[in-house]
Amino acid sequence: MVEIKLSKKEAYMQMTSEQMKTRTPFSEFWRKFKKQKLAFISFFLVLFLMILAVVGPFIAPYDIAEPDYENVLSGPSAKHWAGTDAYGRDIFSRIIAGTQISLFVGLSSVLLGAVGGTVLGLLAGYYGKWIDRIIMRICDVLLAFPGILLAIGIIAILGPGLGNVIVAVAIFSIPVFARIVRSSTLAVKSTLYVEATKSIGAQPRRIIWKHIFPGTISSIIVYFTMRIGSAILTAASLSFLGLGAQPPSPEWGAMLSGGRDYLNIAPHVTLFPGLAIFFTVLVFNLLGDGLRDALDPKIKD
Amino acid sequence: MSQNLLEVHNVKKYFPLQRKLFSKKQDYVKAVDGVSFAVKEGETLSIVGESGCGKSTTGRVLMKLLEATEGKIIFEGKDITHLNDDEIRPYRKEFQMVFQDPYASLNPRLTVKEIIEEPLIVHNFEKEKRAERIAELLEVVGLNKYHADRYPHEFSGGQRQRIGIARALAVHPKLIIADEPVSALDVSIQSQILNLLKDLQEQYKLTYVFIAHDLSVVEHISDRVGVMYLGRLVELADRDELFQGPLHPYTKALLSAVPIPDPTLKRERILLKGDIPSPANPPSGCTFHTRCPFAQSLCKEQVPEFKELRDGHFVACHYAEELQKE
Repeated sequence: MVEIKLSKKEAYMQMTSEQMKTRTPFSEFWRKFKKQKLAFISFFLVLFLMILAVVGPFIAPYDIAEPDYENVLSGPSAKHWAGTDAYGRDIFSRIIAGTQISLFVGLSSVLLGAVGGTVLGLLAGYYGKWIDRIIMRICDVLLAFPGILLAIGIIAILGPGLGNVIVAVAIFSIPVFARIVRSSTLAVKSTLYVEATKSIGAQPRRIIWKHIFPGTISSIIVYFTMRIGSAILTAASLSFLGLGAQPPSPEWGAMLSGGRDYLNIAPHVTLFPGLAIFFTVLVFNLLGDGLRDALDPKIKD
Repeated sequence: MSQNLLEVHNVKKYFPLQRKLFSKKQDYVKAVDGVSFAVKEGETLSIVGESGCGKSTTGRVLMKLLEATEGKIIFEGKDITHLNDDEIRPYRKEFQMVFQDPYASLNPRLTVKEIIEEPLIVHNFEKEKRAERIAELLEVVGLNKYHADRYPHEFSGGQRQRIGIARALAVHPKLIIADEPVSALDVSIQSQILNLLKDLQEQYKLTYVFIAHDLSVVEHISDRVGVMYLGRLVELADRDELFQGPLHPYTKALLSAVPIPDPTLKRERILLKGDIPSPANPPSGCTFHTRCPFAQSLCKEQVPEFKELRDGHFVACHYAEELQKE
């Protein structure tokens, strides 16, 4: 009898501790996220792209730089799934190898932009007054340029190359992140719990990092994901224009550029890298969309 | 006679309004317009008034969450009115606040432990003893040790307010400013929280400034009561004195509105006409003259002095003495 009672109590204890686990903010988010079918699939596709980026060069069936002059511009076949380009290089292998470059450029440029924009947005939103005015006016100026034009301008100053593409894309990501973070900061700053923390005597640094930054992080994550798509697109555009990755590199934009001359006789040379860009951007955008719905506290179930 | 822990001298808080185009005059909302009182050590001073009369703003100015436009706040003999954030920090340990809305005053992303730990970290409490202190505090406010790892949304309103109280008590404050700590709670929970506050006061020799609009709550908890109207104190007296013999017509009207749980008891209800005027454009003279049943021409012209009519009974009315005789 005593044992049964004990085990019942134990079961109860376990149940409550399990209930506690299921109610953490993260599990709540995961539960909502799983309901977004499209985004949930996108999440795994993004994961797949990441893995491909790491192992890509090792699993590519052909050497990406080895020309094969007997198979120039041949269409898709069992031997070459996506055909070959003007030098007879296997396009499928080059796309796989190029994943690394595109994802690296996309992630690192948006990461740089997000860090810079978040810091500026937090400062502008929290301190307000002249700091806010200066930061936001500079952002307005940057936002007035069309993204690609600004990127070209920055490349013109820094010189062409993949590293500079990253810097250029990062710089024009900064103002958008700064705006988004500033608006969330203003919202969180006016909450009662921030006022309560102030009344305790907490330093601004503590209030910003412990209370305000976690409150803005959901909008940062959403925008971060969405921005990666457009960053990849911009980077590819710059490479297409010859300002980013230079020809032998299997960067998708550079591959598009290389296939442009053969658009009439061998459309597959541009089609497949184009599809790769399209697919990657789409997947990141869908993921971002799903994250936004899952992280929005106003949408319950 | 115990000492004054907190003295407030003629504190004003004006919020500037958006200036109209081409208008040179800057308009203000006079949320708090010259409030003076003193709080003795160990007592509970309540501030009551309608919504919008400036009682919460007074609390926030006292907490230094808002900078006073004018006046002086003296805490333990030291003028803290114009200290900046860094200078005020050591004093913050001495006075803490309990907020009205227990749903909004706790960060939903932090666990109870992290919430209560925050003041301990800010005021450099020894790291090794923090967990022990948190457990002790939870016990003191009637919660359990194992609640520490939960999130605020797992608690009821009353329990959350207990967490808020535990946070306020964490660094052994002397003064607690409670801004309507029970008005967001169910009536059945209100008395629990009020009794908890009373017990804690006894246990830790706390001093309370209790901001409220519910007179029955105030009667239960206070030693002295101040009545505010449009940013000014109109009457301040010991609880019994105020409830039995109010001098200001506004206080009389307020008290006559308190329901008595006895249907056979008839009494005169003083009904006030009109709404509370806008604090952006308060009436001249005595701000209450627009609604006062006894208003004379003098009331429109001259601001009544806040004077001590009887021992410890302050009132701001030109005709308080005469009204008393009637």
